[in-house]
Amino acid sequence: MSQKIAHPKAWLFVLPVVLLVAFNAIIPLMTVVNYSVQETFGNNLFFWEGVRWFQDVLRSERYQASLMRQLTFTGIILLIEIPLGVAIALSMPRKGPWVSVCLVLMALPLLIPWNVVGAMWNIFSLPDIGLLGRTLNGLGFDYDYTQGPLAAWFTVILMDVWHWTSLVVLLAYAGLSSIPQPYYHAAKIDGASTWAIIRYIELPKMKRVLAIAILLRFMDSFMIYTEPFVLTGGGPGNTTTFLSIDLVKVALGQFDLGPAAAMSLIYFLIILLLSWLFYTLIMRNEQQ
Amino acid sequence: MKRYKWAVPTLYIFFLMLPIYWLLNMSFKTTNEILGSFTLWPQKFTFENYITIFTDPVWYSGYINSLSYVMFNTAISVTVALPAAYAFSRYRFMGDKHLFFWLLTNRMAPPAVFALPFFQLYSAVNLFDTYIAVALAHALFNVPLAVWILEGFMSGVPKELDETAFVDGYSFPRFFLKIFIPAILAGIGVAAFFTFMFSWVELLLAKTLTAVDAKPIAAVMTRTASSSGYELGLLAAAGSLTIIPGAVVIYFVRNYIAKGFALGRV
Amino acid sequence: MSKISLKAMKHSYLAEPGEDADWALRDIDIEWSDGGAYALLGPSGCGKTTLLNIISGLLRPTRGKVLFGDEDVTEVGPERRNIAQVFQFPVVYDTMTVYDNLAFPLRNRGFAEPDIEIRVRQTAQMLDLEERLFTKAAGLTADAKQKISLGRGLIRPDVNAILFDEPLTVIDPHLKWVLRSKLKELHRQIGSTMIYVTHDQTEALTFADQVVVMHDGTVVQSGTPIELFEAPRHTFVGHFIGSPGMNLLPCQVKNGVPYFFKNKIKTVSKSLASAKGASLQIGVRPEFIAFSEKGIPVQIVKVSDTGRYRIVETRHEDTMIKLLAMEGQEIPQGGAHIQFDPAFTRIYADGWAVGEERA
Repeated sequence: MSQKIAHPKAWLFVLPVVLLVAFNAIIPLMTVVNYSVQETFGNNLFFWEGVRWFQDVLRSERYQASLMRQLTFTGIILLIEIPLGVAIALSMPRKGPWVSVCLVLMALPLLIPWNVVGAMWNIFSLPDIGLLGRTLNGLGFDYDYTQGPLAAWFTVILMDVWHWTSLVVLLAYAGLSSIPQPYYHAAKIDGASTWAIIRYIELPKMKRVLAIAILLRFMDSFMIYTEPFVLTGGGPGNTTTFLSIDLVKVALGQFDLGPAAAMSLIYFLIILLLSWLFYTLIMRNEQQ
Repeated sequence: MKRYKWAVPTLYIFFLMLPIYWLLNMSFKTTNEILGSFTLWPQKFTFENYITIFTDPVWYSGYINSLSYVMFNTAISVTVALPAAYAFSRYRFMGDKHLFFWLLTNRMAPPAVFALPFFQLYSAVNLFDTYIAVALAHALFNVPLAVWILEGFMSGVPKELDETAFVDGYSFPRFFLKIFIPAILAGIGVAAFFTFMFSWVELLLAKTLTAVDAKPIAAVMTRTASSSGYELGLLAAAGSLTIIPGAVVIYFVRNYIAKGFALGRV
Repeated sequence: MSKISLKAMKHSYLAEPGEDADWALRDIDIEWSDGGAYALLGPSGCGKTTLLNIISGLLRPTRGKVLFGDEDVTEVGPERRNIAQVFQFPVVYDTMTVYDNLAFPLRNRGFAEPDIEIRVRQTAQMLDLEERLFTKAAGLTADAKQKISLGRGLIRPDVNAILFDEPLTVIDPHLKWVLRSKLKELHRQIGSTMIYVTHDQTEALTFADQVVVMHDGTVVQSGTPIELFEAPRHTFVGHFIGSPGMNLLPCQVKNGVPYFFKNKIKTVSKSLASAKGASLQIGVRPEFIAFSEKGIPVQIVKVSDTGRYRIVETRHEDTMIKLLAMEGQEIPQGGAHIQFDPAFTRIYADGWAVGEERA
């Protein structure tokens, strides 16, 4: 890794990527920045507003509430999906015909379009004709995700666990299957218990892929839009309105360009900041 | 404890299959049955919903549109990412680390932030409502991802491979195509898998950038759900059909999944 | 501590092995006496590691039994066999310190901390790891990591045997030599059985009192280094051990007498009649061929000097014969005659020495 050659022309190799991404990232981002400091009343007339929109957004209770919901949601699903994914990966067979079967079936939810995931869970959870809704009501729970905030949260979280735990499983499993056989042999010879093997061999060797898993799950759950939007539409009330849902409501629904732009930038910065925090924490841990 | 280990993945897969089963179940029912009663399997088994989808151009052109932009996106993402990933894994150049990090930050950009500016940008360049617009827009998060995955795999290939080839008199393009690409084929497979996956499942941008001609299947579904009341059976059939491309792709890469998800270097 | 015996052992990695080629190990009947220093020698892929893993219990043999003393341990797992094993590539527990790595096998077996400390210090001293006892194992060099692996094998008291699977592969040549002498010394100190797998004959011959040569999934000969050199039971032993290896020459038998082309050859092999129908070869080491007045006429093709002796390549008809000439010994020019030492010349039928018991 350290002996990379200095090569000024390497930029040529990177140029297509830079152009493509810059077209997609920089122009829109500048548009957003532009909007975020101006006010418009249509007809392409803009007035300088400075940081007013940023102040408004940061002070608005609505934005703070969405942010809190977002943080709570991301926290909960990380707490569920990471340990669950690791546990499943640990109990999966390491070789034999069942490996492919398990992996293919588990990867299935990852490749279903997000709105279909939402629609599927919508149908699955309907209190009258959905399997889940009907069963829960049959068991005596008063369950209706379109009415009760608690039921809505339960459904959204269960849906995300259903949708994304497999990503953690696959990453953790990949980490596990790259552990060389001699480690297991040595541990057996050393008389290590099953728990000691997990604690001293498997978890340390999975650390890197788990870091990737946490980072990906953090980023993606923080950006979640389509699935809860299709399932609950952000409701009942605003109880499942996460940041992206709120943002789209403001930008495309109300066409409040200034506040929406300011909100976007704050949103983006929060993700960047938290990802960077995660990243440095993980890296520092790795160096020790 | 060891003897019952298989129970954990089995239960998990059972849990995964339940909503999918319910979707399939609904797709083979008549609207009357769906709304009239609660049944664990179709009492009156019908292909009606599927026939509607395959005969109505609004429905099946949705599939064609979706597959068009997804495949186009996968092709360009992997193609432009290959040389870039090579540069990142082999060379030092001005600003390389910052550039790499900047690329990755685009993976962190919420599509919701970009929806509106993208609409304006692609309208301005006259690409609005074409599959090219969606494919290019999805490149925003897929190209960085492809670069990241491929860089991981390429760093796992010893540099001696390049050096030997150059000593043997290979020109760079010939080395890259004949020797290097075959050596990281698994990585290309994994990168293609991920780019396909994220383009196929994304809806917000795809919906924002299309109106009529290039409308993706997912967007056709949301419109149906709202406009024509509650045609749950039709919706379920369309949803069931969107699972198929993903299932096919997974089947092809099934042997790479275990190692490939480790992203090349662990 | 007790002797280890393998009885009628066969092993295959396939679910339903049929023909010979399906078996990774076949016809293994061997005893390792208590306290011996053994080398298991053979080329890669000959089944050495498989055999080792069966002894330690990591693998269960398809057929046959493993006995420790008189006790059948075939079904017993490695953790209860009281065997230590060191692998080809270093295995360390990354999150632990060197101290904890060494203590790990003892802690798992419920030793008391004070005893552990004594043994860890002793082992660390033997392996020169004392200064690094409290550093994390993850950041160490491959050398040091392999020393830790060795240490975990050596630290346990009263093991039935310590198995080494090419343990010095990743170690640099100088240190390799040092560590091998150290192992030999340890063997004298501890006195437990040691089995050392290697594909390097020098390593095997310097470490072991008894060398077991494996070829193609089976043991071809087990003996002291001198036995292997002077009386190879199989042509494989002849050419694998020794440098240059044994000459293998075409052989015909007429009236019960072996001939090399038109030359009658005297050998130690008896009862040639038993080898009827097999393909026959005469085997004689270059060390046991000398120039003489009469004998087999040869052309001298090439002489190469290795320092202590010279290797002379000669030809009779279309067959090459190598012999050694000591320093100072005169080598004839062009044509010459050579003779084989009958005491060290053998007839091999289908690879096996005729009239001798198989290993």
